[in-house]
Amino acid sequence: MGKQLLINDLDKDGIATLAGYKTHGGYTALEKALKMKPEEVVEEVKKSGLRGRGGAGFPTGMKWSFIAKPPGVPRYLVCNADESEPGTFKDRYLMQRKPHILVEGMIISSFALGANTSYIYIRGEMMFQYHILEKAIQEAYDAGLLGKNILGSGYDLDLYVHCGAGAYICGEETGLIESLEGKRGNPRIKPPFPAIKGAWGCPTVVNNVETLAAVVPIINMTGDEYAKIGIGKSTGTKLISASGHINKPGVYEIELGVPVEEFIYSDKYCGGIRNGKKLKAVVAGGSSVPILPTELILKTAKGEPRLMSYESLSDGGFVTGTMMGSGGFIAMDEDTSIVKNLWNFTRFYHHESCGQCSPCREGTGWMEKILHKFIEGHAETKDIDLLWDIQGKIEGKTICPLGEAAAWPVAAAIRHFRPEFEEYVKKGRSMIDVKHYYRINNLQPA
Amino acid sequence: MQQDSSVSKYSGKKHVKFSDEALALAHKIMKRYPEGKQKSAILPILHIAQAEFEGWLSVETMDYVATLLKIQSIEVYEVASFYSMFNLKPVGKCVIEVCRTGPCWLMGAEDLVRFIEKKLGIKEGQTTPDGMFTLKTVECLASCGTAPMMQIGETYHENLTFEKCGAVLDEYKNKGEQVSHWRKERIKHHSDIHR
Ligand SMILES: Cc1cc2nc3c(=O)[nH]c(=O)nc-3n(C[C@H](O)[C@H](O)[C@H](O)COP(=O)(O)O)c2cc1C
Ligand code: SF4
Ligand code: FES
Repeated sequence: MGKQLLINDLDKDGIATLAGYKTHGGYTALEKALKMKPEEVVEEVKKSGLRGRGGAGFPTGMKWSFIAKPPGVPRYLVCNADESEPGTFKDRYLMQRKPHILVEGMIISSFALGANTSYIYIRGEMMFQYHILEKAIQEAYDAGLLGKNILGSGYDLDLYVHCGAGAYICGEETGLIESLEGKRGNPRIKPPFPAIKGAWGCPTVVNNVETLAAVVPIINMTGDEYAKIGIGKSTGTKLISASGHINKPGVYEIELGVPVEEFIYSDKYCGGIRNGKKLKAVVAGGSSVPILPTELILKTAKGEPRLMSYESLSDGGFVTGTMMGSGGFIAMDEDTSIVKNLWNFTRFYHHESCGQCSPCREGTGWMEKILHKFIEGHAETKDIDLLWDIQGKIEGKTICPLGEAAAWPVAAAIRHFRPEFEEYVKKGRSMIDVKHYYRINNLQPA
Repeated sequence: MQQDSSVSKYSGKKHVKFSDEALALAHKIMKRYPEGKQKSAILPILHIAQAEFEGWLSVETMDYVATLLKIQSIEVYEVASFYSMFNLKPVGKCVIEVCRTGPCWLMGAEDLVRFIEKKLGIKEGQTTPDGMFTLKTVECLASCGTAPMMQIGETYHENLTFEKCGAVLDEYKNKGEQVSHWRKERIKHHSDIHR
């Protein structure tokens, strides 16, 4: 299955507890890091080539080196455990089963950034995992891994977990900071970036759960060794959340560079499409990335096999490619209505728009309404063009990328599946009647 | 006219108060944020408030939280109305939150909602006449690999079939207890967490 660094030992006894985690090599990276200088830790992460696992794929070491260091001003590290991008469930999976890898990663990363107080912002729906983290943090305090003078190094860190209360937009890093401050999760206009002015006006770094967890193996094995895993600039391993019409949905840790075809059809991963059906389309990186039809997800426009890597997934730009995103891999079989699925996603973005920018607030609502017209059977051909026009007027005109995240799926669905929209217009209904539950379970609707 | 501070200026109802355990927990949480930034504790404290007061936030409850945090009531209303987990109207003892987003929808979430509506005799957004269940649909709960799924309190019920879902609901009905996201036992036994 290639190399695994994060979830390789989940079957080990007591891995969710401090004792079990330590028995299997836990907290050795912390001991090592505390003997280094903070800049050396940042250097290792730079060498590793680690890229943010939250969606944007920004190089982590570089992000850390941007943090402002005005004297006498506290700095903060905030872990983004808001995981709400549809199709993504890897962070929840990791935190529930191995909370100490996140705690260890956060201590090392806070040390590297010179933060003495750090927070894990977990979405409120994950209340069960919130309490798992509380317990893990308490265990770490009791063992001298948090608090004053950690392991005799002279470094102090307080780590707290903070819960949200249901809002996708709080996953956007400045929305998250607003929410941490006890406000509505309205994203901020940038600049200033959080690295200059973040939580409570102080320099702040926000990183995804998986990113911070990956710091642990990087310190253990060195950045250079980590960079040898994977392919090209896509170094290391990545957790992929696989869902939809596949035989084996779940979280898989892949070495970056696995061919998409192998990922979908091999029994090591998704195990092929359910009920012997054919694959129709894939949303490869969470609901915000462009949908691709089977031909383009398996092979690039140049006819080369497409790989699970940042570069290969985005090969062809948005015309024939997509994005790695958060690694939420959603597969749809031949009986899926692309138009109805798009309506579902668009409803999501309309529901989750914070409402600050008109193009996003109004545009998502219009798109949802127009798509609903298709489903109800009253759409006209000009509605396809209207959808295209609206999505184009959102992109690049909003405070945060949620607007784009809502526009891209619409653009991609029209680009690759226009005949399906036309079919709806002509017949007033879908080529496919959607009764997923009955179909999947081979039942007759009652 | 003289304002009576033990009475809400909006509803005229008597102010509410946290249990001792909940109050101690709220104060512990407020200390987690920098000096003077105790407003940051609002989301966890509103969760605790929902657990304390029948699963929803009344104006009196929000006013009380405002006094705890030493902020204006409007600041609490503003926040409470932004986040989907806060109920601003009374709800059943048990709020069923069915995920309706893409991956769950591909696996039959829509049909599952219809099944629950039929079983309970209510529509999405409504509460059963006996006050036991409220049915809500929510967006992706980060459990798409075990779709379709629903959340009740802190518990995720995953890989649902009609039968399984029906059995789960019967179980809650038999217990007849109020279920909240922040479980009441966790409020009572918060003393294992020192910070
Ligand atoms: C609307 C929106 C939602 C987001 N949701 C999440 C999320 O749930 N989890 C996450 O880690 N990043 C999310 N992000 C990305 C964050 O803004 C940020 O880039 C990320 O947390 C940085 O961490 P990383 O560099 O480690 O990936 C979201 C971005 C947007 C625009
Ligand atoms: S793009 Fe949408 S979600 Fe983002 S700030 Fe503007 S209105 Fe809010
Ligand atoms: S779509 Fe239902 S949990 Fe993600």
